[in-house]
Amino acid sequence: MKKEIIIAGFGGQGVLSMGKILAYSGLMDNLDVTWMPSYGPEQRGGTANVTVILSDEGPISSPVLDTFDVAVLLNQQSLDKFERKVKPGGILIYDSYGVHTPPSRTDIAVYRIDAMDALASMGSAKTYNMIVLGALLAVCPCVPESSVDRALEKVIPERHHDLLGINREAFRCGRDLIKS
Amino acid sequence: MNSQSVDEAKHEEVRLMKGNEAIAHAAIRYGVDGYFGYPITPQSEVLETLEALRPWETTGMTVLQAESEVASINMVYGGAATGKAVMTSSSSPGISLMCEGLSYIAACELPALVVNVMRGGPGLGTIQPSQSDYFQATKGGGHGDYHFIVLAPSTVQEMADFVGLGFDLAFKYRTPAMILADGIVGQMMEKVILPPQRKRRTDAEIAEMCPWAATGDPRGRKPNTITSLELDSATMEQNNLRYQATYRRIEQSEQRCVEYLTDDAEYLVVAFGSVARICQKAIDDARAEGVRIGLLRPITLWPFPSDAIAALTPRIKGILVVELNAGQMIEDVRLASLCRVPVHHYGRLGGIVPNPGEITRELNRLFPEAFDASNKK
Amino acid sequence: MDINTIKSAENLVYAKPRLLNDRTMHYCPGCSHGVVHRLIAELLDEMGQADNTIAVAPVGCAVFAYNYIDVDWIEAAHGRAPAVATAAKRLNPSRLVFTYQGDGDLAAIGTAETIHAANRGENITIIFINNGIYGMTGGQMAPTTLEGMKTSTTPYGRRIDLNGYPLNITPLLAQLPGTCYVTRQSVHTPATVARAKKALRRAFENSLAGRGTSVVEILSTCSSGWKMSPVKSNKWMEEHMMPSYPLGDIKAADRPE
Repeated sequence: MKKEIIIAGFGGQGVLSMGKILAYSGLMDNLDVTWMPSYGPEQRGGTANVTVILSDEGPISSPVLDTFDVAVLLNQQSLDKFERKVKPGGILIYDSYGVHTPPSRTDIAVYRIDAMDALASMGSAKTYNMIVLGALLAVCPCVPESSVDRALEKVIPERHHDLLGINREAFRCGRDLIKS
Repeated sequence: MNSQSVDEAKHEEVRLMKGNEAIAHAAIRYGVDGYFGYPITPQSEVLETLEALRPWETTGMTVLQAESEVASINMVYGGAATGKAVMTSSSSPGISLMCEGLSYIAACELPALVVNVMRGGPGLGTIQPSQSDYFQATKGGGHGDYHFIVLAPSTVQEMADFVGLGFDLAFKYRTPAMILADGIVGQMMEKVILPPQRKRRTDAEIAEMCPWAATGDPRGRKPNTITSLELDSATMEQNNLRYQATYRRIEQSEQRCVEYLTDDAEYLVVAFGSVARICQKAIDDARAEGVRIGLLRPITLWPFPSDAIAALTPRIKGILVVELNAGQMIEDVRLASLCRVPVHHYGRLGGIVPNPGEITRELNRLFPEAFDASNKK
Repeated sequence: MDINTIKSAENLVYAKPRLLNDRTMHYCPGCSHGVVHRLIAELLDEMGQADNTIAVAPVGCAVFAYNYIDVDWIEAAHGRAPAVATAAKRLNPSRLVFTYQGDGDLAAIGTAETIHAANRGENITIIFINNGIYGMTGGQMAPTTLEGMKTSTTPYGRRIDLNGYPLNITPLLAQLPGTCYVTRQSVHTPATVARAKKALRRAFENSLAGRGTSVVEILSTCSSGWKMSPVKSNKWMEEHMMPSYPLGDIKAADRPE
């Protein structure tokens, strides 16, 4: 199994930390992982993206990719940039919030999630990326939920472990978005 | 201990971190005495991680944010002169400022480690990845006839491993060593197994290991002076000949590279650092089409692995050198192959990183016969 | 009375300090460096620091200081002595670490390193030889060159409109919270030599006790650069340098009363 995933959106949506939790989940699952962020001022307001590669096929070669198995695109700019880079037969997940031109490709599986709307019911704006991650892993179960649980414990500092519950809840909420 | 707990113990040591963070962790684990640095993107996480880890409370390592890169490298010079294991890290413009100091450190035959997480230049340039400091790192940078050992990591694991390797080589040959990384290796996170914690050297061990050092306690020896000044040209020539003799020894013993699928290769890609991994994917794709192509990834950029390239040259029909610059390492590849085989270059500039497809297209353009032949098979 | 009677131990009133070796100094006749070297060599011995000192030499006339005083030395790049000393001291905290710098080294090319080391309160002594000129390179203008003073790069005298003002850096360093003791001395008379030695001792004691940065400026002559006899140089220094750079303690936070 090798999954090449790009997550892109606004800086501040938690794109990089979502990638980080995914990468940590892979680590918990004994997979090889590479987390390659866009870095610099992009983090502070512009669009940010992160490439996460998970593999059980040995060391990962290029951290820089032409095409992706899965693209999680959280704003219009990211859709415009990355829709065409999804491999035929691949997966595209997008949040409809603020998107005026939805994806048009028919050779890939497109999932629309209304994570921003779902966020309103969560009571914590910072769990947006966990909703999206829940949806991503429902569509593409490359790591088990138990690994995500353990990853959260690693990524969230111990002094903030009171937030584990709401993050797990957000993850399940995202998963259910796909089921419904 | 049963096998399960062994696995757990191993698992404990597998960490996920950025290349820059790995440098900081590995420095503490190696028992480095001092780090002196100045913030610059894309490597500030080295200093940030060290400050967060507070190694002065555990190993006794000194960490100091200096007022400039100029001060940083001269702090490294001062610390190294006393026999301590000291290092700094920076990115391209900062390394330019350090080049004077590097020349002094090389001239005084001091061990030290410098990390350059390259960004696109010239000038203030961009903060995105680049390899345009190859010349600066391998051909000198500062004034005078000197070299230092240059290690090119392509994974986060190598970022960690080359801290120890760099220091070991630096002390073995009494020369500075540089880890020449780029923004990709610095910023990406991968799994890494950190080396075991070593104790910092004691003053007695330093006195034993570095009898040349200005430790401040000259009992049992004559006072030591660390200086690069020698106004007598005849003596200065002798000093230079001594440096050169060290460089020849390093060239003979320390060339390092990794070859990938070169056993039956008719075509060769030469690339270092993160670019080598991009090329590896392109090579995998070409191999899938039946093209006999391999990769040579220099680990030491100086000494350049000329011997390995020379050994491959007789059965190679063409070489492509891929770099994030306008053509720097290609000169060493041409020298190593004695121009007996066409050596081409593909580079992206100013912080642009090519993707594997670009490399594949370039291979197709340069070596159409290789792809044609494979199609006929 | 024969010479050996005269040379007997009970007649000895002064001897060359043990740490000052027999190499012939390259300094010009009348230069202040020799006297300051002697004071340092005496003090390191008297204070029992011969086996506990890391000295940092500058670029300038004193670049060869390491040739004359038998302790461990590091020769720094131009202006960088305070950075070199910072690391030497932090990595070897029990050592006495001092820099020995001229005005060009400390107050021109090395201003940043000087100010930041002092502001961090590094536990080092900075010995600052101020003779208002670049001696080593042949008498060019220094940051401390006086207005109207002729040098090879101000052949008609330093002009404020062209060259800016003389930099009185020592009081500036005294303003920094990291410095504990800042003083200006000279070594052109027996009395001033004695006072300079006391100041250097106090600075070294501060460094060993970890009280912060001590700065000892020594107003000095440069007969060659000034193109005057040694005696005339001393007089010229009193008449022209001292009004701009008056002697005395500028900061004494090491001994709070």
